[in-house]
Amino acid sequence: MNSIYRKRLFVNRLNLVMSFGTMVFGMTFLLWILWVLFANGFSALSPTLFTQTTPPPGSAGGLANAIYGSVLIVLVATFISTPIGILAGIYLAEYGKDGWVARLTRFVNDILLSAPSIVIGLFVYTIYVMQVGHFSGWAGSFALALIAIPVVVRTTENMLHLVPSSLREAAVALGAPMWKVILQVTLKAVRGGVVTGILLAVARMSGETAPLLFTALNNQFWSTNMDAPMANLPVVIFQFAMSPFEDWKSLAWGAALLITLTVLVINILARTVFRQSTAR
Amino acid sequence: MTATAGTASFSLSAAASVRTDREPSPPVRPKGAAPWQDLLFERATMFFALFVLLTLLGIIGALAWAAAPAFQKFGFGFFVTNVWNPVTMDFGALAPIYGTVVTSAIALLIGVPVSFGIALFLTEMCPPVLKRPLGTAVELLAAIPSIIYGMWGLFVFAPVFGDYVQPALTRVFGNLWILGPLFQGAPNGIGVLSAGVILSIMVIPFIASVMRDVFEIVPPVLKESAYGIGATTWEVVWNVVLPYTKVGVIGGIMLGLGRALGETMAVTFVIGNAYRISAALFEPGNSIASALANEFNEAADPVHRASLIALGLVLFLLTFVVLACSRLLLAQLARGEGRKT
Repeated sequence: MNSIYRKRLFVNRLNLVMSFGTMVFGMTFLLWILWVLFANGFSALSPTLFTQTTPPPGSAGGLANAIYGSVLIVLVATFISTPIGILAGIYLAEYGKDGWVARLTRFVNDILLSAPSIVIGLFVYTIYVMQVGHFSGWAGSFALALIAIPVVVRTTENMLHLVPSSLREAAVALGAPMWKVILQVTLKAVRGGVVTGILLAVARMSGETAPLLFTALNNQFWSTNMDAPMANLPVVIFQFAMSPFEDWKSLAWGAALLITLTVLVINILARTVFRQSTAR
Repeated sequence: MTATAGTASFSLSAAASVRTDREPSPPVRPKGAAPWQDLLFERATMFFALFVLLTLLGIIGALAWAAAPAFQKFGFGFFVTNVWNPVTMDFGALAPIYGTVVTSAIALLIGVPVSFGIALFLTEMCPPVLKRPLGTAVELLAAIPSIIYGMWGLFVFAPVFGDYVQPALTRVFGNLWILGPLFQGAPNGIGVLSAGVILSIMVIPFIASVMRDVFEIVPPVLKESAYGIGATTWEVVWNVVLPYTKVGVIGGIMLGLGRALGETMAVTFVIGNAYRISAALFEPGNSIASALANEFNEAADPVHRASLIALGLVLFLLTFVVLACSRLLLAQLARGEGRKT
């Protein structure tokens, strides 16, 4: 065994060990974060979390108004973004194809997919909150919808590309007009994949804090009025975690656990239950 | 009546096109034969596609319009002045821009090698049974909301980092002539370096999954030839896989950079919220996103508010350029893929 060969083997082993090390590094942080979250979060969980509203400093309370607000804001945002995203995705996959409009839209959509969410919040602030003069749940929903639309567009388009052309041709040969072919044959064939996209968008929206800071803001009291500032979990976490009060910090951990569990459960649901038609 | 005729001629022409050129492309309706529902549906989908396009223009336009008072007052000096004083109404963006760039640079410095290692592990070393679960686990790092990183960073990571890692860094590097000034400052775990380290963990899933995906498109025959002439795994990855996929790898890194630049909540929790430019990485600083999150709702004065919106515009344009480069590079790789194999 000469020295060059030994050196090559050594370099190989060293780098493979380091590669294994990076995997361990990544997993360590994942487990560390989840462990801290579960340890602090579960001790904060209690029935009052779901029945009482956010307390003033120094007293006990719950998160009922924030949970309600979060669910409502995300639900409205989902209802706004789903039709827009699916229709835009249909255009890209079925009509636009390689035309310049579709190519440009695809490019812009990919950029919006990773655009800083705080800028989206700022945008909704300037065009909506500043014009009507007050923060509101609607504004929060609009901001979240703008974040969800690119996700839905991308998955819808990708899924539609999986549909074999023979399916479209068969439907057209039966005399179906194009819009019926697309809505009742093509889109139906990839229902599972499109639902996955929507679920991933919901997961993404549930954890977003930055866009809500300048739009929905927060509300200490129970409020069902979408046209007024609205409590929501992410902003409550931000305010309570940064505060010096122990009660508030504990509530923030409880809220953090709720959000993360929601996001993880939706992610796992999307990856397992609706996977069959997404398999590449 | 006309609708029926249109449909009939449509399906005939579709059948004809299938028989003659055997191209597996969906049938195309001849112009002018579409009934109104079809036209309406096509226009509706096009409208929403254009809506996505207009969102981008709208963001740039609306932010530029709302930031105008700041640009009018400070001119170009806004970008190069290091001052942020709400009392005297004097604002310059240099410190937050500096903080954004430095934290992102630290994130890439740590994140890129680690992501490369993870991608290498997942594509070349990992037993097939573990490939999916470990790949999913790495992607879970991206699913954790950014505010959770922030809380964990502030309450758990920062104390550990300040007590153990920062003093060690100062001891090892503190006296070197060029690295020395970087590793100075109060080792309390809050500051630019901590923000950079947490950002690096947040960008790992994005960079690693792009790297893994592009590594997997390398034709097996290329790798097998290299193995066949006796190359080690590392030599195959470094001399065959990496050169073949370098465009995609750079695209993935740019994607991670785009993420790091705009990341808000995690940075806001640990960066310390101080407008200053200092070589010492342990000192508190501010990024554009954290400045916005901390101050925007307290900014009552129109000029203060406009200055913050101007910061947001700078951030958006910065990430736009980075993400655009990333997309162009990845698209280039996707085109080359069909040609080379």
